[in-house]
Amino acid sequence: MDILLQQIINGLTTGSVYAIVALGYTMVYGVIQLINFAHGEVVMIGAMVAFSVIMALVGMGLPLPPFVIVLGGVLAAVPVCMAIGYLLERVAYRPLRHAPRLAPLITAIGMSIILQHLALLVWGRDPRAFPQIMENASFAVGGAAISSVQIAIILLSVTMMAGLTWFVYRTRFGIAIRATAEDVRVAGLMGVDANRVIAATFTIGAALGAVAGVMYGTYYGIAHYTMGFILGLKAFSAAVLGGIGNLAGAMLGGILLGLVEALGAGYIGDMTDLCRWPVFGELLAERCAADGHVVLFGSNYQDVFAFLVLILVLVFRPSGLLGERVAERA
Amino acid sequence: MSRLKPAHWFGLALVAIALLALPLVLTQVGTAWVRIANFAILFVFLSLGLNIVVGMAGLLDLGYIAFYAVGAYTWALLASPHFNLHLPFWAILPLGALLAGMAGAILGAPTLRLRGDYLAIVTLGFGEIVRIFMNNLSAPFNITNGPKGITRIDGFGAGGVNFSTTDTLFGIAFTGPAKYYYVLLVLMLLVIVVNLRLQNSRIGRAWVAIREDEIAAKAAGINTRNIKLLAFAMGASFGGIAGGMFAAMQGFVSPESFVLHESIMVLAMVVLGGMGNVWGVIAGALLLSFVPEFLRYTVEPAQQAIFGRLLIEPEVLRMLIFGAALVLTMRFRPAGLWPESRHKREMGERRA
Repeated sequence: MDILLQQIINGLTTGSVYAIVALGYTMVYGVIQLINFAHGEVVMIGAMVAFSVIMALVGMGLPLPPFVIVLGGVLAAVPVCMAIGYLLERVAYRPLRHAPRLAPLITAIGMSIILQHLALLVWGRDPRAFPQIMENASFAVGGAAISSVQIAIILLSVTMMAGLTWFVYRTRFGIAIRATAEDVRVAGLMGVDANRVIAATFTIGAALGAVAGVMYGTYYGIAHYTMGFILGLKAFSAAVLGGIGNLAGAMLGGILLGLVEALGAGYIGDMTDLCRWPVFGELLAERCAADGHVVLFGSNYQDVFAFLVLILVLVFRPSGLLGERVAERA
Repeated sequence: MSRLKPAHWFGLALVAIALLALPLVLTQVGTAWVRIANFAILFVFLSLGLNIVVGMAGLLDLGYIAFYAVGAYTWALLASPHFNLHLPFWAILPLGALLAGMAGAILGAPTLRLRGDYLAIVTLGFGEIVRIFMNNLSAPFNITNGPKGITRIDGFGAGGVNFSTTDTLFGIAFTGPAKYYYVLLVLMLLVIVVNLRLQNSRIGRAWVAIREDEIAAKAAGINTRNIKLLAFAMGASFGGIAGGMFAAMQGFVSPESFVLHESIMVLAMVVLGGMGNVWGVIAGALLLSFVPEFLRYTVEPAQQAIFGRLLIEPEVLRMLIFGAALVLTMRFRPAGLWPESRHKREMGERRA
């Protein structure tokens, strides 16, 4: 099997999910220059709601095709998440819009803790396994395999990205969003209702997040009340990598981060195998002979890559790959 | 400091007697409560450390518990059978503080030029990374013993006193936790004095100046980069000391103790009490340490009585309280329950 190609396929899949979540961060940031700290939890709740609905549909035993069942989950998750996104803006951000920057961040952290523990109350502490309803056919692509779920995730993500781009660049409301991102006051003078625009970015981001949550759950076959935290952190790193506030940047950043992570996890074990290193190989000759390899960092360090990317971007190019505004501390 | 009047001396004496007698009273209620008091003091340490970073310098740090972990693992590795090292406390505690301080400076360095919210995310990630390393540094060379953690850690030891057994002095029985209480009390007084002195020092004023307006602070001749790094390092070193005492008291550390929620808890204490004000932060730490414990002993039986089963676990309830504390404080009393006078003005004005 071609490992390189396989990791690229896997990276593209997770990268698409990161990109969709990152869009939620970047849209909100573009408009109010604040991070929506609770976005990861919204994604988690999306996955959880979809999981419940899918389980219920499966439990009813109707002869529905798997696609319809998953669609039912998505259709239930999206409005719930949109409501939560709207609530977040109203409770955590709007009342503090003119407060010092620290204030809305702190309320948002509070909200994310509350959401996470409400999810714990509803769905319990144990990870929930997504039912394997789709027969996950896989197709051979030049020595690697791509599954139907992976194809579905990539296609759906691309569709959503295209849809969002159309919405932001081709509709009246999209123009209002871009105007607000440019300058809230001037947009207000032109008749744009800033409150509506800001609330809309939160809800649109949450809707995308809900779909991302379902994709993530279906791909890994599992949903857990803490999954939003790491996923949110990675998606945020992706948004920063692409240039926060920039839609194309979030998409690019998400895909790149997915690739970095997949390739990193695939090769770090071989690269940090001390038996292949000149001096250490001799020092550890005995262990190498016995075990075959002495791996310093294995694929269990996968979650570290996103963080490394984040730090490197912040040090060397804080504005991200496609961003223009340099994020100096105001 | 102004001279204290006799009435103040009397008040101070009463507080001192109350603090000294507290573990003896609590032992009567149950040794568990002495432990709870000890943890409350540890949280006072942590909150005061985080207060330097968040409250005084205005840098939002969400991975603070990582420094606590550095201190705890320093103690655990240097005073346990794991590496067969048994160093004394006066060697480990300062080393733990130093290592945590260095970790703080290293973490702060790449983010200092950036806006506060980036810093929040980076520290959030850092806290998680430290946990990943603690979990995985058991292979190929066993350093942290992975998720199993390190057991049989040496307790605190000084002057031939064994801190894990009960001793009788002047006819009064002092249990292990009670003895730790006195050590922690002494350390806490030290930490409070250091914090009060810092608050009114040149450095403390520089931190506040940076929080209020960084550009103006720079124009006034403050080396903002070094001063911010110092805030990180000092805040982290308090966390390191608290971590060392935690390891000694528990005799066991594992990555499970250093999750994100702990960082959020400390943040909630600082925010609720009043960012920047030493006494407010102490009040916040004590309040949020004891209230969930009281609830644990009241809400659980109440639920059993009313619903016949446990609907909300005390742990979940505790986190919901912390989340609500963050949201409600910021919404309705943004400068905290006991605000620093300067901060109160600032937060009050801008809210209009």
